[in-house]
Amino acid sequence: MYGFEALTFNIHGGYLEAIVRGYRSGLLTAADYNNLCQCETLDDIKMHLSATEYGSYLQNEPSPLHTTTIVEKCTLKLVDEYKHMLAQATEPLSTFLEYITYGHMIDNVVLIVTGTLHERDVQELLEKCHPLGMFDSIATLAVAQNMRELYRLVLVDTPLAPYFSECITSEDLDDMNIEIMRNTLYKAYLEDFYRFCKTLGGATAEIMSDLLAFEADRRAVNITINSIGTELTRDDRRKLYSNFGLLYPYGHEELAVCEDIDQVRAAMEKYPPYQSIFSKLSYGESQMLDKAFYEEEVKRLCLAFEQQFHYGVFFAYMRLREQEIRNLMWISECVAQNQKSRVHDSVVFIF
Amino acid sequence: MKYIDNLPSMDLMRSEKMMFAQLIIPVESAHRAISYLGELGLLQFRDLNDDKSPFQRTFVNQVKRCAEMSRKLRFFKDQIHKAGLMPSPHPVSQPDIELEELEIRLAEHEHELIEMNGNSEKLQQTYNELLEFKMVLQKAGDFLVPGESHSEETELDENVYTNNDYSDTVSLLEQEMQPGPSNQSGVKFISGIICKSKVLRFERMLFRATRGNMLFNQAPAGDRILDRASNEMVQKTVFVVFFSGEQARKKILKICEAFGANCYPIPEDTTKRRQITREVLSRLSELETTLDAGLHHRDAALTSIGFQLTKWMNMVRREKAIYDTLNMLNFDVTKKCLVGEGWCPVFAKTKIQEALQRATFDSNSQMGIIFHVMDSVEPPPTYFRTNHFTNAYQEIVDAYGVAKYQEANPAVYTIVTFPFLFAVMFGDWGHGICLLLGALILIAREKRLGSQKLGSFMEMLFGGRYVLLMMSLFSIYCGLIYNEFFSVPFHIFGTSAYKCRDATCSDARSVGLVKYRDTYPFGVDPSWRGSRSELPFLNSLKMKMSILFGVAQMNLGIVLSYFNARYFSSSLDIKYQFVPQMIFLNSLFGFQGRAYGILGTSDIYNDEEPDSARHPHESHNEEFNFSEVFVHQMIHSIEFVLGAVSNTASYLRLWALSLAHSELSTVFYEKVLLLAWGYDNFIIRLVGLAVFSFATAFILLMMETLSAFLHALRLHWVEFQNKFYSGDGYKFRPFSFASLTDDDD
Repeated sequence: MYGFEALTFNIHGGYLEAIVRGYRSGLLTAADYNNLCQCETLDDIKMHLSATEYGSYLQNEPSPLHTTTIVEKCTLKLVDEYKHMLAQATEPLSTFLEYITYGHMIDNVVLIVTGTLHERDVQELLEKCHPLGMFDSIATLAVAQNMRELYRLVLVDTPLAPYFSECITSEDLDDMNIEIMRNTLYKAYLEDFYRFCKTLGGATAEIMSDLLAFEADRRAVNITINSIGTELTRDDRRKLYSNFGLLYPYGHEELAVCEDIDQVRAAMEKYPPYQSIFSKLSYGESQMLDKAFYEEEVKRLCLAFEQQFHYGVFFAYMRLREQEIRNLMWISECVAQNQKSRVHDSVVFIF
Repeated sequence: MKYIDNLPSMDLMRSEKMMFAQLIIPVESAHRAISYLGELGLLQFRDLNDDKSPFQRTFVNQVKRCAEMSRKLRFFKDQIHKAGLMPSPHPVSQPDIELEELEIRLAEHEHELIEMNGNSEKLQQTYNELLEFKMVLQKAGDFLVPGESHSEETELDENVYTNNDYSDTVSLLEQEMQPGPSNQSGVKFISGIICKSKVLRFERMLFRATRGNMLFNQAPAGDRILDRASNEMVQKTVFVVFFSGEQARKKILKICEAFGANCYPIPEDTTKRRQITREVLSRLSELETTLDAGLHHRDAALTSIGFQLTKWMNMVRREKAIYDTLNMLNFDVTKKCLVGEGWCPVFAKTKIQEALQRATFDSNSQMGIIFHVMDSVEPPPTYFRTNHFTNAYQEIVDAYGVAKYQEANPAVYTIVTFPFLFAVMFGDWGHGICLLLGALILIAREKRLGSQKLGSFMEMLFGGRYVLLMMSLFSIYCGLIYNEFFSVPFHIFGTSAYKCRDATCSDARSVGLVKYRDTYPFGVDPSWRGSRSELPFLNSLKMKMSILFGVAQMNLGIVLSYFNARYFSSSLDIKYQFVPQMIFLNSLFGFQGRAYGILGTSDIYNDEEPDSARHPHESHNEEFNFSEVFVHQMIHSIEFVLGAVSNTASYLRLWALSLAHSELSTVFYEKVLLLAWGYDNFIIRLVGLAVFSFATAFILLMMETLSAFLHALRLHWVEFQNKFYSGDGYKFRPFSFASLTDDDD
């Protein structure tokens, strides 16, 4: 019943929507970032953050701080909030919230598998994993030798199992096919999430399909740029693009044949929403593309809060917090390494 | 008019006169001066560095040090709490120490504690491993000894154990796991221990990894064991996996590692096993004594910290507050003095000057602290000096809005009118006595309850204990007038003036009673209960009474607006607001027929003179805008005219609630208690009594109290206060050590 969410949404989702909007108002503002950018030491950052919602998470840290501690504690706050929301959620919101973490799960799987390939210690790898993407048997991933085993031993129990159908091969794992696996998984995940949001209908479907389409398109561009000059064939590249989004299908055809960044640009400039992103960059440049995409994403995520009675706010909030943590990490790193001139290179203001 | 001006001023009627002061403090005496002012708690500092972020301020390093110290103190508190000790609330009096010294001592204590914790943790880990090993030995051994056939056991090859040297169990634990081969058929086994919650998944994973070519045996371990990862006591399960092949062994070991299962090799030979068990047990008891000694040592250290902890925490909290306040001050041009600005009540001037002099003297400063009064553009804060009794009433008013500086404070009248209006709705002297007992208990335990932390509900009750006291006293009074004791009338003030027409009294309800002597001296005649005259009389009494109270209270409100206007000397407000309002309200109820005419005039009056300077203190710096003031006044007068009728009707709630209360208690009394008493059965009577007392306690005493309270609150906030109260001031928040609480850090 499109347009009638207002009647029934609050029965199950009202409390959590209020909670998530409350959380959102705790996001750091431009004024906070300005102050943070002026910090001289990590202790200054801690002091400034102690006046924000991160205060209680950082207050018990002894003084020689490290960037990792700050990031870890900030992530912990996000995880606590997520767990609180998940515990309160009913269907279908709880499934929706779980979908949000699958992306982290894929990243964690890839991290562990790549790590074991390079013979890193499993415990060390586990510490690097994003806590939102943890599942029970994640450490067992180290046992697997090839995709088939990976699937059969571990992933069959996880929500990622259905996404694996595309990439079960008996080949031994190596860097290249792990990366392909990551993108195939991500493609399947995004498509599934997209389908799920469509079934929810209403404002959720409308807003989430916009956000997910943007995500899919961004991945398509990144895949294209990263695969330029590698042995990935055009057809293989084409297969990694998600089958929805603004670029689907004709944009994908063009991206699949691109040989350098300027061709990508030419392909993308045909789409008005992306034209503005690329117009900020000079020709031949791809470093700033990430930041441009992040800025565009943040803008879109903030817009999700303009409408009420939909689940998009949860997705948007989680993404915004993650962006905030990335910002904090970058600022802390710059401060710790005395590179304050570069602080603004990668910080994306949220408000 | 002279008479009114010469009246002695009421303490609570107007908020304290405030003044804006500037302090110029030499740097050397700044800290001491602020600390003395904090003890005095009568000066509200203004933040002069509003535009600076916290770490750009002058005393940021000191604030950071204080934060670091309070972190350490929190760590101690946490440790003490974990150790199951209590930080002593009454610190042993010890000589005061300087902050610098405290900082060093805290660092020492922290270092000491962390070291001790590290040591005991290592020991604890070894202890845990041994404990687990013991359990594995005990439980897993049973799997290796098949009940019926001992043939396999005899076939065992002793030589395979040669690489397992059990002489030192601890060094063995650190070795790479050695799976013990089971027999010549190539079946090997791995034994270990795992969290109970993970067993199912673990078994499934093993099954998948070995494609089912394994045998999994498990047995619950007896006691709970400390889990290293989560630091909790958990149930664990001992397992033994039998398998064959080197590949499988590698896989299983990896899976064990991934699941956090600790593997311990055990020999198959029973005698050897016994021998190791003995060794493990003896080592365990050794470790236990070492651990106990360590714990004892640590507890002693923590107890000694615990004695001082509260005092230290207070000290650090104060220091932090002082530096936070110092951060609000500015350096003057010479950089030798700090300049501060703030509000203080006029009466506190001498006290503040005294404190500042003391500070100068105590810190041997050459220069005195300059304290002088300045003009301020901002409106001053509102400060009422309340005591235990008046505080709760002031809170009731403040919950609606903090009074504008020096405007008439409704709390003065609320002290009496609030409990009284409550009692009008809650008139029953039986219920009143119950409330009184509750209030008296709270007041008797005031000292004890005041010093401890209460739950939110109890805190509310405790904060309003004097409101509760007055409410109960008034409801006993009103209850005596209504003559209701749990809805039962009593002949307290003599005998009734009425009697029945005949002996059976059957027509009391239909025809009525006969009066045969003088009127009952106080309150409602007890014989009317259940008679024909009861409801008509009570309704008429309560309805008229509510309207009278309402009109009286609203008149009081308008009279207060007169006092406000006089106080702020705005004759326009008196002539064109107070007088028409007075005339309108009273004529509406005095001579209803003439109300229309006056209604017209009052409107005209209000509308014609929209330029009444309602805020004399601000008007000189506010631009005068005719249309705005005109619209404002027009809205105001329309609101008043409509309000006069609807507010009066609103006072009818006094009647309605009072009627509801008395009817409800009658129903519980007659339909529950009397009905049950009609049976000659002990159990039915008991049940009836229980239902009656629960209904009285929860519905009448709790719900009804709450509802009458809320209605009285509304009558004060809306009907009374909208006649005069603007409530747009802000509270005086002096810098005071007394207001620092645990939640501050």
